[in-house]
Amino acid sequence: MSDGILVFAEHRAGAFNKTTFEAIAAAQGLGAEIKKGVTAVVLGAGMSDLANEIAAYKVEKVIYADNEKLAEYTPDGYADAMERVVRAADPQLVVMPHTYLVRDFAPKLAARFKKDLISDCLRAQATNGQVVFSRRIFLGKMDADVVAGDDAPVFATFQSGAYRSEQAEKGSAAAEVETMAVEVGAVRMQPEPAFQEVKQAVDLTKADVIIAVGRGIKGQENLALVESLAQALGGEVAASRPICDAGWLPIDRQIGSSGQTVAPKLYIALGISGAIQHLVGMKNAGTIVAVNKDAEAPIFDIADYGIVGDLFEVIPVLTEEVKKLKG
Amino acid sequence: MKILVLMKQVANKDAILRINKDATWIEEGDLSHEVNESDGYALEEALRLKEKGGSGEVVVVSMGPQRVKAVIKDALARGADRAIHILRDNLSQLTPFVAASTIAEAVRAENADLILTGLQSDDHGFAQTGVILAELMNLPHATIVIEVDASGENLRVKRELESGWYQWYSMPKPALLTIQSGISQIRYATLKGIMAAKKKEIREVAAATDDAGQASQRITKIYFPQKSKQTQFLGDGDAKKGAAQLAEKLRTEARII
Ligand SMILES: Cc1cc2nc3c(=O)[nH]c(=O)nc-3n(C[C@H](O)[C@H](O)[C@H](O)COP(=O)(O)OP(=O)(O)OC[C@H]3O[C@@H](n4cnc5c(N)ncnc54)[C@H](O)[C@@H]3O)c2cc1C
Ligand SMILES: Nc1ncnc2c1ncn2[C@@H]1O[C@H](COP(=O)(O)O)[C@@H](O)[C@H]1O
Repeated sequence: MSDGILVFAEHRAGAFNKTTFEAIAAAQGLGAEIKKGVTAVVLGAGMSDLANEIAAYKVEKVIYADNEKLAEYTPDGYADAMERVVRAADPQLVVMPHTYLVRDFAPKLAARFKKDLISDCLRAQATNGQVVFSRRIFLGKMDADVVAGDDAPVFATFQSGAYRSEQAEKGSAAAEVETMAVEVGAVRMQPEPAFQEVKQAVDLTKADVIIAVGRGIKGQENLALVESLAQALGGEVAASRPICDAGWLPIDRQIGSSGQTVAPKLYIALGISGAIQHLVGMKNAGTIVAVNKDAEAPIFDIADYGIVGDLFEVIPVLTEEVKKLKG
Repeated sequence: MKILVLMKQVANKDAILRINKDATWIEEGDLSHEVNESDGYALEEALRLKEKGGSGEVVVVSMGPQRVKAVIKDALARGADRAIHILRDNLSQLTPFVAASTIAEAVRAENADLILTGLQSDDHGFAQTGVILAELMNLPHATIVIEVDASGENLRVKRELESGWYQWYSMPKPALLTIQSGISQIRYATLKGIMAAKKKEIREVAAATDDAGQASQRITKIYFPQKSKQTQFLGDGDAKKGAAQLAEKLRTEARII
């Protein structure tokens, strides 16, 4: 019978990423609630050291799946290997971090079980043995409680930051590491080495004040308004992804998971809804101001000061007032 | 090259969302809709690949009720050659595995060289339908793609990784790619395009109706997220007053001015 929780440990360039420990914390927490043991899975080629690192955590066992085709990540290789591990371990629940890598192969894995993922969860709570997963929908505007169908295994991924990596508990003794020689079929994708684009022209991480605009600004011609406010405050202009996608501002002014991560003293978000991919890039700012005409916009969740209203009314007045106060 | 593009219709980003009576989805009656953001970029990429290749066909595939015709017609006006509309009334409890299975059945006979989808839907945000479809159709895939080179024997695509990293992948065709927004600048429909679209084929396909038993997940409740921070709201609905108060707060409390 299906039993226990399997947690996928993701590594890149020889190290686990933080979200792996968040996933372990999530699995341990759920395991305690539904009284099930946690087994961690590491995939790789000659990487048993990494498996030993995970064995220090409070898990029943670590399965280290080894195959030379797993030296580098590919969706074909990882889906094949994980499928073998899941079939062998026969867990009730498979927990994974919602990273780009997991997004790339885990739906394929789940499909082999005629299933999908309960993806990008923020919380999971067990009541009477039934786990209720909560995930954000509508770009952060709403939450949905979701329950799984009856058949095991249930695949769930957790949003980065949903659990704290420090909460991943260490074990009193090292857990057993079981090495599994997994079969991997033909791998159709050929990866080239990962790289970073040439250095950004603007380094927003050094700015004390950032005035960021989102789709609420409506058109490129309105950016002048924002620039005059930035000038008055002595700050830099930044933007959400759609503004850079549209070419209204260069990509090096984009804040968020695929842009820059900043922590200025002051961050003013104008007409930005507050999708998680934006929030991860700025939530550590000292003072956060949000201006949005929608009172339910998720950006207000993390704002110190909020104005519910039209940014085209706010910006000119704010610019004038700042100028006056600065003398 | 024959390219299929999956395009989903979702609630308008600026729409005020209201929760329905049994709190399992939003009230859809008077809602305005638009095309899912990344799907618009997937279409643009398909049109560009066809233009670069000099020949081929771009086929739009959308699943949903009659209202999704708006998305289809707009895509045809921008230059897609024809469309497949998979009729399905309610998408609110549709899981990605069932969605991908239904789409796979409807498009398998097309034998496309390339299938493009958006990287995730703006309503459910599953980020799975494309990848599952690739598995069901036995195609190699790549996700979060921001550049495509289809000129050679193999496809070469650039994927976005986390925190500013990228990676190129090669794979044989046919393949499926999930497209990240911003891959290129989206064209507008021209008047000529809108006129031409009227003559283009939209083939309707009925979706299997009874697949509730297969669902591996179900929404039991939706609600507005709990606020985690105490926000000081300024201006009391008067934006200008709020702006003046904010300037004062930035000086006295936040001490930034
Ligand atoms: C893998 C992935 C990576 C991503 N990376 C990033 C990233 O790095 N950075 C990023 O920002 N996004 C990123 N995104 C996109 C993200 O999910 C959101 O789509 C995006 O942040 C939304 O931008 P926005 O808030 O400007 O637009 P919208 O969500 O459309 O919000 C516009 C807001 O403006 C308000 N508004 C409209 N008119 C006015 C007005 N006159 N006055 C006041 N308010 C007004 C509206 O109420 C709304 O809240 C990523 C997405 C994915 C899937
Ligand atoms: N009903 C649908 N009709 C057409 N395409 C869809 C539909 N649902 C999902 N897709 C495609 O699959 C992508 C990912 O959706 P999702 O898995 O819901 O995040 C979307 O960007 C679309 O390209």
